[in-house]
Amino acid sequence: MGDSVPAPDKPTIPITVDFSGGLEMLFSNQKRHSLTIPATDSNEKPATIAFLIDHLCKNLMTDPRSEMFVLDKHIRPGILVLINDADWELEGEEAYELQPKDNILFVSTLHGG
Amino acid sequence: MAQYTDRALTEEEMERYSRQMIVPGMGKDAQLRLINSKVLIIGAGGLGCPAAQYIAGAGVGTIGIVDGDVVEISNLHRQVGHSTTRVGMMKVDSLITHLKGLNPLPSYIPHLTHLTPHNAADIISQYDLVLDCTDNPATRYLISDVCVLLEKPLVSAASVQASGQLTVLNCPPVPQGITSILGVTHPLPPCYRCCFPKPPPPSAMTTCGEAGIVGTVVGMMGIAQAGEAIKILAKGHHRADILNDPPHEPTFPPSLLIYSYDLEKGPSSATFRSVRMAGRRKTCFACGDNSPQNLTLEGIQKGTPNYDQFCSLPSAKVTLPMEDRISASTYKDILAGTQSEPEQKILQGILIDTREKEHFSFGAIPGAINVPFGKLLTAAAIAKREKQNGQEGREISKETYERLSSVLPREILDQEEDKKDKESEPPIFVVCRRGHDSQEAVEKLREMGLDRGGKRKIVDIIGGMKAWKEEIDPSFPFI
Repeated sequence: MGDSVPAPDKPTIPITVDFSGGLEMLFSNQKRHSLTIPATDSNEKPATIAFLIDHLCKNLMTDPRSEMFVLDKHIRPGILVLINDADWELEGEEAYELQPKDNILFVSTLHGG
Repeated sequence: MAQYTDRALTEEEMERYSRQMIVPGMGKDAQLRLINSKVLIIGAGGLGCPAAQYIAGAGVGTIGIVDGDVVEISNLHRQVGHSTTRVGMMKVDSLITHLKGLNPLPSYIPHLTHLTPHNAADIISQYDLVLDCTDNPATRYLISDVCVLLEKPLVSAASVQASGQLTVLNCPPVPQGITSILGVTHPLPPCYRCCFPKPPPPSAMTTCGEAGIVGTVVGMMGIAQAGEAIKILAKGHHRADILNDPPHEPTFPPSLLIYSYDLEKGPSSATFRSVRMAGRRKTCFACGDNSPQNLTLEGIQKGTPNYDQFCSLPSAKVTLPMEDRISASTYKDILAGTQSEPEQKILQGILIDTREKEHFSFGAIPGAINVPFGKLLTAAAIAKREKQNGQEGREISKETYERLSSVLPREILDQEEDKKDKESEPPIFVVCRRGHDSQEAVEKLREMGLDRGGKRKIVDIIGGMKAWKEEIDPSFPFI
């Protein structure tokens, strides 16, 4: 978990990440996480949702069942990604570039009743 | 389709519906529309019971209810349309009994069956609007597909544990395959597949029976569902002709309501959150540009698409041959060392109990190790991935072992040094709640190579802990 805080000289973005519908189980059973993430990826490209998903798997996930969250490096079917309360499809999906104070919600779809 | 007919309300209707009719936005026309409407509630459970109560109370004239199950006592904490005296009765009959007491005026139509690809179109075509109150993804996709084809608005809700979700789909209905309308710039109403194109993998699905459910959470979602349905019908949105008379703004902007309730947190921590969804997808299998080639009523009835396969329902799960299974009483004899045929003696081995830890906390067979089914599937996924990365053979490599040991107890992975070369090793027994997961678990453990190429027996206990209670220990606290 030690590398979740980026090096001080690198620019960072403050964001909030929420988990719902049971996904919080994978992230220390905590529904809201205030994070500071690197503003760019290893290729100096702006941090996107794809980068965030990878970052979360590497730095925030406490449960080994990563396939409950990602399959083949993409978010698994049955999880909705919401960028500031809008379906990520409206915002460019994985390519969306994160902005300071963004709220990203991951929610797994429910089927019971 | 029942047409709106203007008439005076009867004295009983005037009195019964007076409090809702005087609410701003209602009035006589809205009430008459409700009385002339036909609503189908699919599922008479945790969502269907509260939804049906308010649909009936509000005076919807025709109410159909679909369910093939009977009332069980474990339903009653949330399925408030049933009663202790009606345990064992068909849920549909039980709920209608309750609804008639609440409001005798509507016509109640029982459908004493589960919704299937075969009967879905027949049943749904008799109604104006559908409430999806079911409990599994395969039926949810089926309902949505048929609603697209028959142009019925669908109010869909779901709930597990302490979370709930609600969305209004297909409203107002737009014919299949039309993804843009001249003069309409806002998104067209989505269907269930537009919002959720792919079902989650079966291992990530949780049912109320296995994962539990908070009564008030599912009740809240059912009531909200009824609220949306009443709004649509009272205002006639289900009949809106969006093709010829396009509205300037979406009547129901695509959205998803998420409700979270947290048992671990203090009061007032529950939250509602409404999020914006995308509209009808051009690429949607059911309603998109090319959808008429994918989806027809005839096709559905003949088994295309195959909903069980699409969602890999538990019913399509592994079935072990009988020689790979033992009964609860055989296991008891193995434990006690009292097997009837000593020459075929099965060694005492390791017992894995794949129930969730909450279930396990009420009691287990002595010595059982708890490995919840989800964890076991995770371990299987890890092993499979390692294998694809070039680790051939049935034996577990050291690297895989290290990764697996973060998920599985070492007792299962370890083999005792002195037993390594012996003919047979102590077997692994797997028990679950009712004998379904355990069969899949056996197969997964074998795939992981834990049967040591056949030297180690891996078997499951038929009927799970339920059978243990029935056959061996009636006082066992089965849950």
